[in-house]
Amino acid sequence: MTDAVMARAHSPLDAKRVVTPVAHATRDSRVEGYLKLFDDIGRGHELLWLLKQRRAAIESFGRLGFPTSKDEDWHFTSVAPILERAYVPPVTPSAADSPALTREDVAPYTFEGEWETLVFLNGRYVANLSQIESDAQAYVGPMSDALVDDARAHFFERHFAGVADVGGHSFTALNAAFAGDGALVHVSADTVMPRNIHLLFVSDDAAEGALVSPHNIIALDHHAEVTVVESYVSAGNANYFTNAVTEVYIGDGARLRHYKIQRESPRAYHVGSWYAHQADTCAYEAFSFATGADLSRTNIATLLDGNGSHVSLDGLYLVNGEQTVDHQTSVVHAGESCTSHELYKGVLDGDSHAVFNGKVYVRAEAQKTDGKQSNNNLLLSEGARVDTKPQLEIYADDVKCTHGATVGPVDSTALFYLKSRGIGTSIALRLLTYAFAAEVLEELTIPAVRDELEKLAFERFAVGA
Amino acid sequence: MLDITSLRAGIAEREILKGIDLSIKPGEVHAIMGPNGSGKSTLAQVLAGNPAYEVLGGSAMYNGEELLEMEPEVRAQKGIFLAFQYPVEIPGVTNAYFLRSAYNEIRKSRGEEEVDPLDFLDIIEERMKLVEMDESMLNRSVNAGFSGGEKKRNEILQMAVLQPKLAILDETDSGLDIDALRIVAGGVNALRRPDNATIVVTHYQRLLNYIVPDYVHVLANGRIVRSGGKELALELEERGYDWLLEAA
Repeated sequence: MTDAVMARAHSPLDAKRVVTPVAHATRDSRVEGYLKLFDDIGRGHELLWLLKQRRAAIESFGRLGFPTSKDEDWHFTSVAPILERAYVPPVTPSAADSPALTREDVAPYTFEGEWETLVFLNGRYVANLSQIESDAQAYVGPMSDALVDDARAHFFERHFAGVADVGGHSFTALNAAFAGDGALVHVSADTVMPRNIHLLFVSDDAAEGALVSPHNIIALDHHAEVTVVESYVSAGNANYFTNAVTEVYIGDGARLRHYKIQRESPRAYHVGSWYAHQADTCAYEAFSFATGADLSRTNIATLLDGNGSHVSLDGLYLVNGEQTVDHQTSVVHAGESCTSHELYKGVLDGDSHAVFNGKVYVRAEAQKTDGKQSNNNLLLSEGARVDTKPQLEIYADDVKCTHGATVGPVDSTALFYLKSRGIGTSIALRLLTYAFAAEVLEELTIPAVRDELEKLAFERFAVGA
Repeated sequence: MLDITSLRAGIAEREILKGIDLSIKPGEVHAIMGPNGSGKSTLAQVLAGNPAYEVLGGSAMYNGEELLEMEPEVRAQKGIFLAFQYPVEIPGVTNAYFLRSAYNEIRKSRGEEEVDPLDFLDIIEERMKLVEMDESMLNRSVNAGFSGGEKKRNEILQMAVLQPKLAILDETDSGLDIDALRIVAGGVNALRRPDNATIVVTHYQRLLNYIVPDYVHVLANGRIVRSGGKELALELEERGYDWLLEAA
């Protein structure tokens, strides 16, 4: 066990990045606004249990309010930009199945080959852009479909707001109150899904001012295996607020690869929260790739509730301009002999700001825990800023845990080495930046996703490098 | 080819080279010898353009142009090559990609067409034989996890691919066993041509048994204190550096 490390790097340009604090009046009135909005939405058609859940959620939201910088987890990221506007759930199009978006429009965001793809436009499922197959072993479909099928609805009921921290996390509560659509993925015992699943959330210019609240449930029965990719992309340049929640249930011996690709509009705000519960000897491979949005926040929490399970939490964020990207991860080791491996890497240019807050709790009963955690950041500019805080809390005595963080510019020795071989500065910088990022992409075990993210990463560095 | 006059350079406000004069013609091999801290490696780094070092005075005319004013990549494009004493590890960039990028950047600077990956494979396979390197090294990250000997061979492979006019070998023999030394030296000798030149920076005479110099210069305290033929190296091997330091 190493001592707690707290690494921070502030540039001299911090001063000009100070965000004007939103007065409490504004904060409170914004909360009031969402409470009133909730009351104004007619819910006569809704299932009773869902209505109850929503009521509990909005009450919880009203009690919690929006987080302030006094909240430890929000110390480095201000939610003020999200409070500047009253976002409202998008109006359901009269013909949801014939939107302005065509297959050609979404093609650049989809994966080739054998994939089940669910396309959501501005939060709403679009059947004719999607391609799904369900069978007895696996159900893959939108929440809107699942809720009109008794058995599916019952399954949904048992898993909705199950692991998600509706009572303790205001954005999660807000999501549960307004959740419009989302995906249900349920893989039966001993089933290895032959096709990967892609949940593609597209926003276009019609999303201007929208509160998009997808709520996904991924449940793997024992010894099931599946890959689920969540993509958040923008086909426009709108200012909207995505507030997504995914609840994950991983049964004994099951294996879930769960990747997020966040490429929201440069004017968008994104809060995405994943909550996972892991049983015995299962594996959860979670990856967060973030390049988009003006302000994005990713929360990933997993509870290692069984023995002998593994979680890998990896991620890569690439930001520039005035972007803020924030990752918060939490791993609770409650079972014995579990491993948690975490590597987050970030590349920052311009006046961008990254926050990483990784927590690993090892409970007293979680003997033989093996935990590794690191966060490495590459700064390409003077104006970029990183706040990184890997944390360990260990109450067991027979554990092996390490953590650390780095923040720094491109290695000048490596840069000189490349230049001494005839490679000019801009190409050399791009190569080194890409190489820095590529290390964490190697953790991805699905080649199609790895190739796509390598391409996106490389393209990202073409600008400004 | 290269005319160095009164070159002074240092690092962190400390002057290390205190006036170097050296003239190198095509086809020649010059050995720069000297005790630790004499400035040998500084000279190599300054000629390659390492920005960590500051040039304090003097000049280095390379084929009629002032070398010291050029960016490192421009020097490389014009035919300067430094084989590093400590080759840099670059995890995440494969050797093949690195070599091809360097090769193509140098070609582009000369107005030549870029070579595609397949054609490049033909070029590199032939050069790899020169340093007895296995093809699997191409898919590994540049120098990452390479042994000392592999790193040095990789330097000579780069030299073989880039075909410099003036190669500077900085302590290429350090950390090499006798077999690796033979391979590395064999590679360097195979690349010698009447129109290119080599500077061999070394502490020991050992490497010079394999790469036979035309001239030997002894550097001490930032100056060349003695120049001679290859027999000077043998004399140093026998007598050490102290007698020269005293004389200086």
